[in-house]
Amino acid sequence: MKSDLSEKLKILADAAKYDVSCASSGSNRKNKGKGLGNATGMGICHSYTEDGRCVSLLKILLTNHCIYDCAYCVSRKSNDIKRVAFTVQEVVALTINFYRRNYIEGLFLSSGIFKNADYTNERLIRIAKKLRNEENFHGYIHLKIIPGASAEVMKEAGLYADRLSVNLEIPSERSLKHIAPEKNHKSVYEPMNWLKEQIIENREDRKKHRSAPVFSPAGQSTQMIIGASPEADCEILSIAASLYDKQGLKRVYYSGYIPVSSDDRLPAVTSVPLIRENRLYQADWLFRFYGFAMDEIVNKTHPNLDLEIDPKLGYALRHLELFPVDVNTAPYEMILRVPGIGVKTAGMIIQSRRYGKVRFEDIKKMGAAMKRARYFITAPNYSLPLSTDQPSSIRHQIVYQGKKAQLSLF
Amino acid sequence: MVNILLYDGTYEGLFSVFFDCYKEKYAPVSIQKERNYQPAMFDHSTFIPTELVKSDRVMKGLRKKLSSTAFSNLTKAFFSEFEDIEMTIYEYVQLVFNNKMNIEKDYRQSSVLRISQVTKKVNREIHRMHAFVRFQKTTDNIYAATIRPDFDVIPFIGSHFKERYADQLWMIYDTKRDYGLFYDLTRLDIIRLENPEWEGNKKIKRTLYSNNEIEFQTMWKNYFRATSISERKNMKLHLQHMPRKYWHYLPEKQMV
Repeated sequence: MKSDLSEKLKILADAAKYDVSCASSGSNRKNKGKGLGNATGMGICHSYTEDGRCVSLLKILLTNHCIYDCAYCVSRKSNDIKRVAFTVQEVVALTINFYRRNYIEGLFLSSGIFKNADYTNERLIRIAKKLRNEENFHGYIHLKIIPGASAEVMKEAGLYADRLSVNLEIPSERSLKHIAPEKNHKSVYEPMNWLKEQIIENREDRKKHRSAPVFSPAGQSTQMIIGASPEADCEILSIAASLYDKQGLKRVYYSGYIPVSSDDRLPAVTSVPLIRENRLYQADWLFRFYGFAMDEIVNKTHPNLDLEIDPKLGYALRHLELFPVDVNTAPYEMILRVPGIGVKTAGMIIQSRRYGKVRFEDIKKMGAAMKRARYFITAPNYSLPLSTDQPSSIRHQIVYQGKKAQLSLF
Repeated sequence: MVNILLYDGTYEGLFSVFFDCYKEKYAPVSIQKERNYQPAMFDHSTFIPTELVKSDRVMKGLRKKLSSTAFSNLTKAFFSEFEDIEMTIYEYVQLVFNNKMNIEKDYRQSSVLRISQVTKKVNREIHRMHAFVRFQKTTDNIYAATIRPDFDVIPFIGSHFKERYADQLWMIYDTKRDYGLFYDLTRLDIIRLENPEWEGNKKIKRTLYSNNEIEFQTMWKNYFRATSISERKNMKLHLQHMPRKYWHYLPEKQMV
């Protein structure tokens, strides 16, 4: 029996690992009446896998039985793998026992689809409900909403979960038709739009009556698989921008496609596009925290992100006319646009310059990456490095700096 | 001849030193914890006893001129136990009292920047304790953990665990500094164990484990392995997030 559970855990964790979302942040669930757990503020990563990803939640599938045959998915119907399923009690016991030992922040529960979307979602909700009502559990719960879920089912899910997510997976409808013919984008966008309305409505209700029940307090997120279909970065990022704007998502995750099958509907790839994935996240950050518009980062002339340099540096090199920026007089928004200066350093510069002039050395000590920043700022007694009027020469110096010594050996 | 000022190692003790310096108009060159002090040939040292009346007055003055965050950051920086932290705090306090304006955000000043950097380090260690503490359930139903943090963070981690694990008995023990926290379902206390016995690496003794403790550790290990994606393996990133010095806390990083 015990070894059976251990075996199931291995299979259903392995099958769930391709969902990259692991956030446990953004909720505010306090521990009421001496129960177990809380979910407040910033979220905690309790461990890191050998691929460097955060382990915050017990991320598992309820089952890997699935009626669909999506080419990109390891649990697709036609794949010859062992099929197992947890019982409700098994998931509850694992969650509670891992949580009490401080292994996890909570549970992230997804599933292969059996019968239909609602039937599957109801099984997931049953577990969340038991954790909340019977175990008095106030830790974090992230529930997956299966595309095509009905309003009644989602309504219940939102009462027990901190976050809900419907995965877009394949960025565009035309690629989806090709790779996962049984799915369509309508069945993803409809639940997302419905959830958005509910989340906003619930926030309004909570302002009026503090006792109103909470509905998915940490909002909703989604994931797109990158590299399983031919979309360019500008298409992917404009979809992301629209998801943030129109569906009000908290997070869009980008998951570099890992070849799990040799299906001829998929491109023959041998390695995971890790650098591209990283650049997409950087672009996403620029959009959400740095005040960039998506078309400033990628557009028709530059449809793909530069793999060699980060997107902020790319922007600066295309817009040298805006630089150098005077750190003592420029507005915060402009200091944020300097390559190598992040939100924290920009804040420190703004704070410090009220007391007097901020010098080049001060910025360096505050933690800016001067390797990049030094080409784009002015400060008292500091002059720009020579030959910085050409984007190509700055780019060359930044990319090859530090590598020179190595080269000269040969 | 260098005059070294010694104090008992407490935060109040350090502030008593500040009070005396201010009163005597004396500019110290070195302030050290008495237990760390090793006399050198031409040293001259003076021990300054802790007097709460004195330290309270300095702290009260500071509180008036600083935000509560800046004041508590100063305390956190002290618990970093860095060798030179006393002089940095002294310089910071001097700066506060010598300026009309609140200087806490003038990062151009070396002591302000240093306190902010040290606080960041201590906060990171606190966050890592929230993340990497692993409880082992014992036969008397106590969820127990041992830690060996770089900085003395026990005073700062209790409230997090108390709020989270309100319905279980738990203990977190710093084996490096030989004291810890114990929560008995109502109160959180600072405790010091008499002649504690540990497993190798100062961990909780396996003979004290409750029945299914090993089973859950094994399942957690299996989970940890299954959730890693081998095609994405990146040990550099792994180590950056989870430095080796914490591995002995973590069942998932134990071979057996």
